[in-house]
This record gives sequence, structure tokens and C-alpha cells, in this order.
Amino acid sequence: MNATARYCLGLGDDALVLAHRLGEWLSRAPQIEEDMALGNIGLDLLGQARTLLTHAGELSGGRSEDDLAYLRDEREFRCVHLVQLPRGDFGDTVARQLVFSTYQLALYSRLVESTDPVISALASKAVKEVTYHRDHAVQWTLRLGDGTAESHRRMQASLDAVWPYADELFTDDDVSVAVAADGVGVLPSSLRGECEQVWADVLTRATLELPEPRSHARGGRDGRHSEHLGYLLAEMQHIARSHPGATW
Amino acid sequence: MYGNDHSSDAPLNAAEAGGVDEAMAHVDRRDSVDSGDEQERFDALLAADQRIEPRDWMPDDYRKTLVRQIAQHAHSEIIGMQPEGNWITRAPSLRRKAILMAKSQDEAGHGLYLYSAAETLGTSRGEMLDLLHAGKQKYSSIFNYPTLTWADVGAIGWLVDGAAIMNQVPLCRCSYGPYARAMIRVCKEESFHQRQGFEILWNLARGTDAQREMAQDAANRWWWPSLMMFGPPDTGEAAQGTHTELSMAWGIKRFSNDDLRQKFVDMTVPQAQKLGLDLPDDDLAWDDERGHWNFGEIDWDEFWQVVKGDGPCNAQRLEHRRTAHSEGAWVREAANAYAAKQSQRAESAA
Amino acid sequence: MNAGEWPLWEVFVRGKRGLNHTHAGSLHAPDATMALRNARDVYTRRGEGVSIWVVPASSITASSPDERDSFFDPAADKVYRHPTFYDVPEDVEYL
Repeated sequence: MNATARYCLGLGDDALVLAHRLGEWLSRAPQIEEDMALGNIGLDLLGQARTLLTHAGELSGGRSEDDLAYLRDEREFRCVHLVQLPRGDFGDTVARQLVFSTYQLALYSRLVESTDPVISALASKAVKEVTYHRDHAVQWTLRLGDGTAESHRRMQASLDAVWPYADELFTDDDVSVAVAADGVGVLPSSLRGECEQVWADVLTRATLELPEPRSHARGGRDGRHSEHLGYLLAEMQHIARSHPGATW
Repeated sequence: MYGNDHSSDAPLNAAEAGGVDEAMAHVDRRDSVDSGDEQERFDALLAADQRIEPRDWMPDDYRKTLVRQIAQHAHSEIIGMQPEGNWITRAPSLRRKAILMAKSQDEAGHGLYLYSAAETLGTSRGEMLDLLHAGKQKYSSIFNYPTLTWADVGAIGWLVDGAAIMNQVPLCRCSYGPYARAMIRVCKEESFHQRQGFEILWNLARGTDAQREMAQDAANRWWWPSLMMFGPPDTGEAAQGTHTELSMAWGIKRFSNDDLRQKFVDMTVPQAQKLGLDLPDDDLAWDDERGHWNFGEIDWDEFWQVVKGDGPCNAQRLEHRRTAHSEGAWVREAANAYAAKQSQRAESAA
Repeated sequence: MNAGEWPLWEVFVRGKRGLNHTHAGSLHAPDATMALRNARDVYTRRGEGVSIWVVPASSITASSPDERDSFFDPAADKVYRHPTFYDVPEDVEYL
């Protein structure tokens, strides 16, 4: 598979797995208005995933988005560990969105300039979507951080739990180096500065402490995942795999 | 929007058969009712098929009946997110996953429109949810059945949404303005849902043997409960008495349960034939004289059993709902606390 | 209202440039910022709007229902009824 296809697979898998996690919130959110908001974010991400997987499939011998989503095994997925984490409670979800949506906004803002027209077009659309996603996460970080004593404690705990997964987003690998050189993609490390600035600002306003993790997740882009992914894929892929060749 | 290749422009459900447009056309008519005393004015509005609005005088019973009906309708939408929501994480294609997420979101939205309508009558979202959680307000009993396979998602869209639409289109012309307007919104969106359900089954029925069996099995389990969605018969032993008459006089209910049920059967049987699925009723037969499909006896014992709490999923549905609500309390409180702090800061800064 | 209940907001949406804002419905949100965002999610999902207004329901003043002699009610009435709490019967019903 060429570098562009692998790159799209990485971004697409991130979006797909996170969309799946957000889908778990429907009928479980703290208020019906939040079922709608989280559902909306999940649908946007699923849309991004579909475009990216379709493109990756076309660039690599004609596999479909569903072939890629449902028929790859765990080690073939290229998503980061962050998106695999279980849904957790609302604070956990907000913390993860704060990290991921900030990263995605920085990423897509730059991918608008991609020399690959599919990626560039997707990025233009996605920038609007993830601007909203990041705003949603920021609004809730403020409210949970600077709400009640309980929400402050819980939100801090959620941030502490999720921060070890941020670093992986900015790790350059062979694929990203190759696509950045071509102008197709963006070097992950180039996004760190902007993201860290946003996070520092939001957390300060939210009266929360910037976590200092002692460990960092790594390996997702090479298919070395957390133990969560296996279970997630088992659930996600089961029906499709039980009926080989079937259409739905 | 999602595309389907099974047919025709033939209307699939009551919403597509013109009822909603008719209701919307009604909205433009001018209010030409003379004033008199409050009860007279209320009666005159109803007689002229005009809308009652939130600040109008209305009989206490009219208001109570509406609050209960609208609240239970809203609760149904919210609880209804669960049986299909179960399948979002297992949807067998990305397109189906997206459609199901969108549908679930729509259902949350419908709940919101309906809670809004109920609140215009003087209750609050919190009060209604408390009553739901305490088991004092109900939701449509159809959602007390489990979704056992992917095909159930299709069956719910085709049968349950189809039956719901049949019930809901007449409500677009309900006498109470906010409820009627909410229903117009709901009906427009619900029509898509039914099409998607039908499309799922269409693909299954023309798929592998295993898929065909899955579709048939789902139809077998969801047919009778769908017929029960229209409620007990209007006459005979199993009939329930005077609620229907009063609701009809108040313009809240436009057609009888049996009439709606018959319309649903008449619309749906040909669709089942098109799908190539059997319906689990040996007595189903076209009656030339009546011009309708005859169908068999509904098991009203099962109906009451489930309505009264002894269905397969009653406890689970309510527990799921209560848990979501209680687990979210800290979040709701935090948001309020923040809002209060922000107000105070704004005031001191001013 | 208990600690967890959010206030009610009325939502007005302008569907297209050149049209008025019209009342779309209501929702609950803790504050104006969230109300605007929730309104976008709930009432413009299908691309139905270019502009949204949200107003606390409690800020809306309504005229009397019958445009008779007492049109301008000096008491400045609220838009929704707020009667005292009533008993909800417990008998079984279905839709």
C-alpha cells in the first residue's frame, strides 16, 4: 500500500473508531440535548472516516470502505490509542474530545493545502465540523472544570487519565514523513505547538491543572494497539464477518 | 437522500400519502371565532377546527389529558432510542451505521420537540422525567420488546415506524397548536425512518439464505406487537371505555384505534408481499366485500401483560433511562453552577 | 427547579437570507452559549437555518390570547401557563 493510502487509513481509522465510541453515547447522555450533540460529532467523524477509507481503498487496489472497516484484523488498523479508550463517563469523553478535536482542527486546517484533491476537499469540509467539535469540548471543559467541586475533581481525573495519549498524535513515522514531503500530508510534530497552546489556555480558564503524564502511549500507527481495540472490533465487525459476501 | 432501488414513488406510509401537507395547509386559515365566555370560546374554536394555543383558556381535563399524552409520546421517542441504538455498534456497513446514528439522533430530537410542546401546558421537563422514572407516566409498549438480530432494526423501521406514522399523521391536525406543529416536524422526519427500515429488509430478503431467514424471523416477531400499537379495540370485550370519545370530542384523537389499525394492515400487507415475507397470521385474507384485509385475533392478554410491566424488556428499558439520568446529574449540576458563577462575574464587572 | 434542571429557552430560526426568524420550538440549556449550540444541533440538523436566536422563555412577554379590550395587560404576562402542580392519574394508557 502506498504512503498516501496508509496515511488516509491512519486518519480514517482514528475517525472511525472514535465515531464508534461516540455512538455508544446515544440514549446514555446526561441530557437529551447532549445525545444530540455527541451524536452529531459522531456522525461528522463517521463521514470523515468514510471518505478517507474509500480513498485509501481506491488507492490500494480497489477495496471498499466496508472491506477496510469490517475485514481488516486488529494489527492492520492504524489508529492511535487515544480513540480506542472506552467511552468512560461524560468527563472522560469531554477530555478525550478536547485532546482529539484540537488536534484534528490543527491537522485539517493545514490539510486544506494538501496536493491530494480528495484530502484537500475533505479538509475544507472537516475544518468547519471540527471547529464545532472543539468548541463543544472547550465549553464543557470550562463548565466541568469551573462548575462544582465534584465536577472539578472528576474532570481533572479524566484529563490525567487521557493525557498520556496525547503525545502519540504528534509522533512522526515513516508514512507521515513521506506524505509531508510530497505535500499530501502534514507532519504530526508540526501540530504540537498550536495544540499545546490551546490546551494550556483552556485548562487555565477552566481552573484545571495541565497533567504531566509519566507514560505515553505509542505504536498505534504500526498496528500495536491497546487491548481495547480487539474488543471494539469484535463487536463492530461481528455481523459483517458472519455473512461473508453479503450486502446490507 | 439515502437512495433506494426497490421502487417506485408509491407512498410507503401515511405521511407520504398527503396527510401532513393537508395539516400544514390548514394552518393558514384565519381565526374567525367570536368571543363569548371562556368555555364557549373554547368549544367554538374546536367546532371550527381551529387551534388552541398555550395562553388560551382550556378545561382542566383537556390540559391534563394533553400533558399526559404528549409526555408519554415524548418518553416513547426517548425510550425508543434504546432498542435500535443497541445495533449502532454492530451495524454491518458504514452506511447503515451512519443511518442508524442519524435515526437515533432524530428520535432524541423528536423527544425534544414533544417535551417542548408539553411544557407549554405548564409542566416541566424535570417533572415529566421524574414521572417516567417513577413509572407513573408510560411510553409506547412496543419498545418493551427486544431487538435480537440486525433484521429487527429493519422490522422496527418498517412496521413500528409505519404504525407510529399512521397514529401520528392525524395528530398533525390535533386541536392543540404546539402538539400539532411538533407532529408536523416529526412526521416529515419519520417518513425517512420507515423507508430505511423497509430498505434494510428489502436487501435482506434478496440476500443470502441466512439473511432471508433473519428477515422472516424478525417479521414474525414484530408483526403482532406492531398491531397492538394502536391500542385495544373500540368495541367488544377487550374495549376500554370512554377515553376515546372524550379525546375525539376535544380534537386530540381523530380516528378510532380499529380504524387506524385497519389502515395500517391495508397499507402494510402489500408491502410484505413485495418484500417476499410472510406475515404470521393464517387468517390474513383480502375481503372483497369490505374492501379491506381481514386479519386474525390479537392476543390482548399479551398486550395487557406487557403494558402492565411484564414484558421482556420493561425493567431494562427503564433502568437504562434512570441510570443515564442519575449518572448525568453531576454534569447538569456543574453546568448550572458555572452559569451562576458567570452571571455573578458579569454583575460584579458591570 | 432543582440543582440539575436547566432553564427553558425559546428558539427562533431564520431559514434563509431574506426571511424572518420564526419560532422553531424550545429546549433546555444551562446558559445562552450552550442554548445556541444546542439549538443548532436540534433545529438545524437538516440545514434548515442561517441564523438562530435563543431567548430565555422567562424573558418573553406575551399578549392576552383574545385581542379584546384588555390587549395590553399591565401585569405583563408570561408566555406559558404556570398552574399549580396537579395529580397525574396512574391508570394505564398507551398511545
